[in-house]
Amino acid sequence: MSRDPSNWATKGTDLQVGDIPKGAINLNVQGRSVNSPIQGFGKMWQKTYRVNLGENVDAAEVIKTWKEKFPTFWPKGQNFYGPITGIAPGEVALLNLAMPGGVKLSTGVLVLYADEESFTLMTPQGHMFAGWITFSSYPSSEGVIAQTQVLIRASDPLYEVAFALGGQRKEDRFWDATLKSLAAHFGVADPKVEVTAVCVDKKRQWKRAGNIKQNAAIRSGMYAVGIGRRKAKAAATAAAATSAAASVAEHSE
Amino acid sequence: MSGQTLTMDVRRSGAAGIIDIKGDVTASSEQTLMEAYTEASNEGAKTIVLNFEGLDYMNSSGIGLLVTLLVRAQRQGQQVSAFGLTNHYRQIFELTRLDDAITIHDNEESALA
Repeated sequence: MSRDPSNWATKGTDLQVGDIPKGAINLNVQGRSVNSPIQGFGKMWQKTYRVNLGENVDAAEVIKTWKEKFPTFWPKGQNFYGPITGIAPGEVALLNLAMPGGVKLSTGVLVLYADEESFTLMTPQGHMFAGWITFSSYPSSEGVIAQTQVLIRASDPLYEVAFALGGQRKEDRFWDATLKSLAAHFGVADPKVEVTAVCVDKKRQWKRAGNIKQNAAIRSGMYAVGIGRRKAKAAATAAAATSAAASVAEHSE
Repeated sequence: MSGQTLTMDVRRSGAAGIIDIKGDVTASSEQTLMEAYTEASNEGAKTIVLNFEGLDYMNSSGIGLLVTLLVRAQRQGQQVSAFGLTNHYRQIFELTRLDDAITIHDNEESALA
């Protein structure tokens, strides 16, 4: 492990989004501050997802590849728009995540830390979680392990309800799919993802219930409704214009 | 992981349990840290003081362990404070917003006041 201060992001008061890739929705990130589990609302969970990549890979190579190709291992429909330079401390990435009803939840992450053995993302206000997601790889007696570990609280009461009503399982499926995709890249046939979940703190932090004001799902939904209304209005305008043109042509004949 | 071996010595000062951290704090530090916390909490310590003067390096997994320690301390009604952080790690505590819950002091005297 390189013990270099530059492995850490530099402190900044607000997140700054760089160039926005075509097709990415940039909402709920610019100007937001980041949240640790301390600033979250719901119960605190530590969940660890592990997959065995076998003995024919190098842990440092796993992390290098994971950083370089990070978005490619995500499940279809879930988009990570990171900087072209890849995962590096201080970089801000946009996330566009599929929600029910075809709406895209727009949020992001800060790359808090990155070295040759691991990297950690930290979530902004409004994200489903307040906390950290750490990706690492290390040798074990059974082979090289690739691991994703989350230390999180649901950001607000609405997200906490969503987690209880299937959100946790959805989260498990997400990281299961991601680690299996990573394992497939390294030639592992039929990879198995193990999950360990620990409730670190059963108490909810009601003083943080006001986080709902920053809820990215609500804001993304409102944005989508706004776009839908604008599209409907444009379609109605175009239909009216077509109808009027047809009427003029008919009277001219 | 290569790095400096971690040791944690525990002292008492009144109602405070002081944990002197020397070396690297990483994911592999969990057992050492929690054992030190248990010892520091003996005999009803009301404050846990983390002495980082001997810290060589901490990565993001190490920061995560501090959150876990914080939860345990809060469950016991204990305050957690820290001193001996370099400017770099003070900034890390601010960036990770750990300073919302862990009070940072300039020195031991201030932490125990």
